[in-house]
Amino acid sequence: MLLLSIQNSTLAITALLTGIGLVALALWMAGLLSPRSFNPQKGEAYECGIPTRGESMAQFKVGYYLFAILFLMFDVECVFLFPWAVRVKELGGAGLLSIAIFFCILVLGLVYAWRKGALEWK
Amino acid sequence: MFDFSLLTNWIHELLSSFMPEWLTVTTECVLIGVVLMLVYALLGLFYIYYERKLCAAFQCRLGPNRVGPFGLLQSFADMFKMLIKELISLNHVDKFLFALAPYLVILASMLAFAVLPWGNGLQVIDFNIGIFFLIAVSSIGVLGILLAGWSSNNKYTLIGALRSGAQMVSYELSVGLSVITMVCFAGTMSVGGIVEQQQDMWFIFKGHIPAIIAFIIYLIAGTAETNRGPFDLPEAESELTAGYHTEYSGIHFGFFYLAEYLNLFIVAGVAALLFFGGWAPLHFPGWDTFNHIMDYIPSVIWFIGKAIALSFIIIWFKWTFPRLRIDQMLALEWKYLLPINLVNLVLMVLIIVYGLHL
Repeated sequence: MLLLSIQNSTLAITALLTGIGLVALALWMAGLLSPRSFNPQKGEAYECGIPTRGESMAQFKVGYYLFAILFLMFDVECVFLFPWAVRVKELGGAGLLSIAIFFCILVLGLVYAWRKGALEWK
Repeated sequence: MFDFSLLTNWIHELLSSFMPEWLTVTTECVLIGVVLMLVYALLGLFYIYYERKLCAAFQCRLGPNRVGPFGLLQSFADMFKMLIKELISLNHVDKFLFALAPYLVILASMLAFAVLPWGNGLQVIDFNIGIFFLIAVSSIGVLGILLAGWSSNNKYTLIGALRSGAQMVSYELSVGLSVITMVCFAGTMSVGGIVEQQQDMWFIFKGHIPAIIAFIIYLIAGTAETNRGPFDLPEAESELTAGYHTEYSGIHFGFFYLAEYLNLFIVAGVAALLFFGGWAPLHFPGWDTFNHIMDYIPSVIWFIGKAIALSFIIIWFKWTFPRLRIDQMLALEWKYLLPINLVNLVLMVLIIVYGLHL
């Protein structure tokens, strides 16, 4: 710890405010230094030189959702693995057995997704 | 080895000798904030110069050499150029989210930055779940990127942001699992504790085979996490102009640029922490004279040196390998890295249980 007198949560908030402060400071400086000029053409989307038709917040490929869901599954499993990982030496055989069962379910999930073709990018 | 807590404790005693407690804490927090901000910005500028010089060397060019000696002031000039460029206000963007996105991107890297062990007694946040906190905060960055792409109301940025989102969340698994492998080995999640355990020997030597596999996976996944080449398809310039930050101008673009380089440093720093001992010098049990000589090199130089050496490898990747397609990229993660990582975790546990580590 850097300073014994300050709690970690205070330091985390300090780092958070520093991040916000950095962006705000740089934006303020840019506001002072940068020029301003108005031109209706400037506000257009930077696409192909042709004015954009309609909204661009359009539908997109469903494959991205599929990977997001797969990620969600594995990430939650990861979170469950962390507490066990810290105490792997102390928990010994019993911990190993229970995590092995958990692990098998995890691998089964991956195998299922693989066999179903969820990992193919079509 | 010089213990930096002597210095910080001296500052604390100096301040508390003439200030009430709440004012001391506030002053110290402000000091920490200023130092963090300065180191963050300077490292960002250094990395821009470093990457440009290395890229030039790989392509048999000289790189920046006009502004200052050896072009050292080039990135300062770049910074001022970005500051004096106009922040264009666009017609069809979602104004609030558009302005929020750079904050999130910078915030994620700043919080992760504060967890790194800079030297002996020189670490800002030392949670007992430090490495977990680091993974958690660095995944805020993907939110910023998705928001940037979505709020810009542009087809290129939307596709870029989605690719980036798919890539970052996928590779986060590999980062998480290789971190779990090393947490198993260390038996603690505290950053200080992990460094403490590597004082006699680094984990990459102690954990031999599984540690090396975890390191290689971490390096690949970390490269993908920072959206750098060969995984830079979110900003594949030939297809998507600049990907998720196409619509950002001036310093707004600068934030994404800065965060990308700082993320490179953070990935290299975490690799140095988990596999190469953080600030711990190179020690081998039994080699007393060697260990003694290594102790003379200050801990800050050890950490920054390791991080810069590891980021050299990541930059080397970028200028060596061609860009992947999205299906190849997802197949690499889900069909190769993830199963290898799971097997590697089991291997690591077996090595711990049977005591086969050094």
